[in-house]
Amino acid sequence: MYTAIVFLPLLGFLIAGFVGNRIGARATEIITTGLLMVSALLSWVVFSQIALGHGHAVTPVVANWITSGGLKVDWALRIDSLTAVMLVVVTTVSSLVHLYSIGYMHEDPSRPRFFGYLSLFTFAMLMLVTADNLVQMFFGWEGVGLASYLLIGFWYEKPSACAAAIKAFVVNRVGDFGFALGIFLVFVLTGSVAFDAIFAAAPGLAHKNIEVFGYTWDAWTITCLLLFMGAMGKSAQFLLHTWLPDAMEGPTPVSALIHAATMVTAGVFMVARLSPLFELSHTALTFVTVIGATTAIFAATVGLVQNDIKRVIAYSTCSQLGYMFVALGVGGYAIGVFHLFTHAFFKALLFLGAGSVIHAMHHEQDMRNMGGLRKEIPFTFWMMTIGTLALTGFPFTAGYYSKDAIIEAAYAAGAHSSAAVYAFLATTIAAGLTSFYSWRLVFMTFYGERGANAVHVEAHGHDDHAHAHDDHGHGHGDHTPHESPLVMLVPLGVLAIGALFAGLAFSQNFIGHHFEEFWKGTIGQGPDNHIMHDMHDVALGVGLAPSFMMIGGFLVALWFYILKPGTARRLAEANPVLYRFLLNKWYFDELYDAIFVRPAFWIGRVFWKQGDGKIIDGLGPDGISARVVDIAKGAVRLQTGYLYHYAFAMLIGVAAFITWYLIGGVR
Amino acid sequence: MTGFGILSAITFLPLVGVVILMFHRGDDAATVRSIRHVALWTTLATFLVTLLAWSRFDPALAGFQMVESQAWAGGGLVYKMGVDGMSFPFVVLTAFLMPFCILASWEAINVRVKEYMIAFLVLETLMLGVFCALDLVLFYLFFEGGLIPMFLIIGVWGGKRRIYAAFKFFLYTLVGSLLMLIAIMWMASFAHTTDITVLLKTQFPADAQKYLWLAFFASFAVKMPMWPVHTWLPDAHVEAPTAGSVILAGILLKMGGYGFIRFSLPMFPDASHYFAPLVFAMSVIAIIYTSLVALVQEDMKKLIAYSSVAHMGFVTMGLFAMNQQGVQGAVYQMVSHGLVSGALFLCVGVVYDRMHTREIAAYGGLVRNMPLYAVAFMVFTMANVGLPGTSGFVGEFLTLLGTFAANSKVAFFATFGVILSAAYALYLYRRAIFGVLDKPELANIKDLSGREIALLGPLVVLVIYYGVHPGPILDASAASVAELVKSTQSVAAAVKSAALAGH
Repeated sequence: MYTAIVFLPLLGFLIAGFVGNRIGARATEIITTGLLMVSALLSWVVFSQIALGHGHAVTPVVANWITSGGLKVDWALRIDSLTAVMLVVVTTVSSLVHLYSIGYMHEDPSRPRFFGYLSLFTFAMLMLVTADNLVQMFFGWEGVGLASYLLIGFWYEKPSACAAAIKAFVVNRVGDFGFALGIFLVFVLTGSVAFDAIFAAAPGLAHKNIEVFGYTWDAWTITCLLLFMGAMGKSAQFLLHTWLPDAMEGPTPVSALIHAATMVTAGVFMVARLSPLFELSHTALTFVTVIGATTAIFAATVGLVQNDIKRVIAYSTCSQLGYMFVALGVGGYAIGVFHLFTHAFFKALLFLGAGSVIHAMHHEQDMRNMGGLRKEIPFTFWMMTIGTLALTGFPFTAGYYSKDAIIEAAYAAGAHSSAAVYAFLATTIAAGLTSFYSWRLVFMTFYGERGANAVHVEAHGHDDHAHAHDDHGHGHGDHTPHESPLVMLVPLGVLAIGALFAGLAFSQNFIGHHFEEFWKGTIGQGPDNHIMHDMHDVALGVGLAPSFMMIGGFLVALWFYILKPGTARRLAEANPVLYRFLLNKWYFDELYDAIFVRPAFWIGRVFWKQGDGKIIDGLGPDGISARVVDIAKGAVRLQTGYLYHYAFAMLIGVAAFITWYLIGGVR
Repeated sequence: MTGFGILSAITFLPLVGVVILMFHRGDDAATVRSIRHVALWTTLATFLVTLLAWSRFDPALAGFQMVESQAWAGGGLVYKMGVDGMSFPFVVLTAFLMPFCILASWEAINVRVKEYMIAFLVLETLMLGVFCALDLVLFYLFFEGGLIPMFLIIGVWGGKRRIYAAFKFFLYTLVGSLLMLIAIMWMASFAHTTDITVLLKTQFPADAQKYLWLAFFASFAVKMPMWPVHTWLPDAHVEAPTAGSVILAGILLKMGGYGFIRFSLPMFPDASHYFAPLVFAMSVIAIIYTSLVALVQEDMKKLIAYSSVAHMGFVTMGLFAMNQQGVQGAVYQMVSHGLVSGALFLCVGVVYDRMHTREIAAYGGLVRNMPLYAVAFMVFTMANVGLPGTSGFVGEFLTLLGTFAANSKVAFFATFGVILSAAYALYLYRRAIFGVLDKPELANIKDLSGREIALLGPLVVLVIYYGVHPGPILDASAASVAELVKSTQSVAAAVKSAALAGH
């Protein structure tokens, strides 16, 4: 059964890849979607057995992968509570996205390719979450990176899509740079890359000093920091976040699956999986907290002013991932994973809802050209509203349980750590910002009048130019918005149920008083770590703070966009510097371009023309060969009197040697 | 064991093809077709015999196998052949790649077809000889002899600047090999034998080791090629015909690495430890420097050539880590690079045959008309980038792991190569394959022909197969590498204890 869950999507990919064009797009869609649904069904069975029930964790070995000396890496499927949670998230969202794409992509000529990529992605993601060693995790890690690259660049004729695809891959590689070094270090420290062996050896190495890169470090601190660098890349955390907004160049179902629900949460999963290691390094956890909190607030500020509907949600994702890392950083691994779980539902819902809006608007993504859509696409409107309620943490929706738990945990941890205090403040403020930009999105899209805010392209920030229209055979004459077909609305409905009830149904299991029965030891919890209990005891005021922030954000958005439309624009005009700073995403892209991308090309050119050309060749072969050619010009005619000449020099050496050898070399 | 055995059969089988080709006269279509078929079937037969040898090869043995020896040159010299786990993978690789080279030249080569095929078959014999030879003189003959056919292939069937490239290639390698020749003479007079199996057990004096090591290094570093003696490679690749590039990248570069494994590490272990920092420095510079240079290339072949230099940096680094993962990773990386870079040059050849330009800017949007080609190119690009699941990952990962254990600083800088390789490889892919197909001359470009599918298909399969299941190659080298590592480490320990005792 476990093998089936993981390999059915691979089968789907192979079918789509090899015979997709022969059996036709419709057949490919049905096969890949069907296989994924079977996989999802089985995942829920596993979830109820292993996580909810009393089943034992198992790790069936599929085959050996790499063996070299003491290094032994297997292809194995580790199935425990943490994996079971991820299996459910990945396969459920993936099967719904497959289904949704049948409607969303129905005009695209390369549908077999699209569904193949989706299935490939799902397979890689499943390999990642079922890994029982770091190298297989790395396989899945890079595999999802490949799928993400292929899907972002799916519309390969758009230069912006190609650029975004490369950016995503390369920025992720920067993270993987740390991940890889972390794996090497783990192997050097413990002699193994398998989780069980590492965790067994870990306590013995706690607080030992080692020398790496010429400096002395605490063993697990440097290891965890390196591994966390991988998580920062994949989960688009502050400093390595720049690829995620650009990744919105991909088709919207891709954004929902990869860049909201699953792949970007791989970093969170990784830290949770390696929590026994992170527990041993206070410094590393503090770093995780600070990065998470910074990302949460940073991305939320940028999200306030974006005009592209998908980018708003992308920044929201970035921000919510920051929340998850805050939870991990203060030791509440279970809370982080719980937020991952609930977030998958409501964020996928928001993205697919946005896709439905874009579909209705004939691939218009700029919210300033929308408005008043609630009458024309009421179902989508309600779904988006549910998603927004869940995201902002409206009582008893999914986000209410998980997000508020994070803020409470940060507050509780604040008793011992100033980083946690910072995280508490950042996440609380970000909760207000989240509420504002989420309702702003709803109001700009569904209320008011169409195009009331419309601005022409030249006045936009530069990010609006590129992805104006994905017009794949659309006529632009007919702009009447239309509700999406049933095949797209059903996934929205299912996700909406999750967004409403996932918190209510599962919060007791994930983070309740008996959370240990659910996790069964798969999440590390050091003896001094009481965060899971402490967070239940925080003052009532703290528990209510996020709700107040949510209401505040809602009211401001209501004021700005419904009651007094135009307030936002006046505010932007009054603070042009701040507005541009936020609109241009704190100028990170420009900064990185100036300090990394351009210099890399410049140095490359210098090395090539000056280093190779002038210095090495100039002093070496060119100088010499110029002489040789001069001398040999008369004698050498490559085209006519060939070979003897070249053989000659060799033969001189050989002859000299043999002569000498025969005469005196061997006695 | 004496007499001629299967290794001699493998090595000299291509010469049988040469003899047959000698009898072909004229250049009418029928004769040329016959010439091509003779060459193809000769290389295929050689490969089949190699597979037979593989079935007899016992990976559990650390020492040499299938050994054969014969006296020659009046009893003064010995013809001795044999393979172990570090050389046999290269024998198989060579025999495997040759049919691809012949097939790749099927339509591209139209002048002097007979001479061309003869050059390739002679080259095959010489290359196989390098990996099988167990006698220093024999090794030297094969090693240097290989230069001549390659020199001719570039110089006669090459591109516009072929004479410049051929000379550059020749000069570099010649200087290196002369130094090696002197070292070989010294070794022979010291040990009174040229038998490699005996030399491997000979203790050379520590001072002499340094000079010998440097002399061999001069030759192997050029072949590899290591920075800063790499500049012949891009020119040679650019001017060589497709099949020449395949052999150059696939096999000839591996001779340098093989030389390090066979001679430098086991015979001069003290010097190897002494010079390891130098090799590390040169490797890391090669990885970062040439990756950056690859990023700005405008010629497809040059880009791949520079990326080859970077990948060979991983090999030298892994070798001089002198531990199990490092050396096995290096062997694996070489085999994998043989497949991947060979395949990439074949890919360039496919579009070059159609458009007669290698300039990246002349392409764009190829995926629209050439979906199969785009898939194959994507697989090889990802293997070049070292994506897990392709053969490129295993070698890169193991060499970095081994190096990290030996020297974490070196591994730190070398790992930047992982980022840079992604940048230059995907940037190439984007410019050539993605984008809009708006160049009028590309409008009717055709996807892979049957012959080209036969060329690239098996390579796609192998690159992925060896990425998921590297066992066959890793197991073959495991025992021999373990033996090698043990011997170099015991030397290191001895040096250390001697130093301690001295205090």
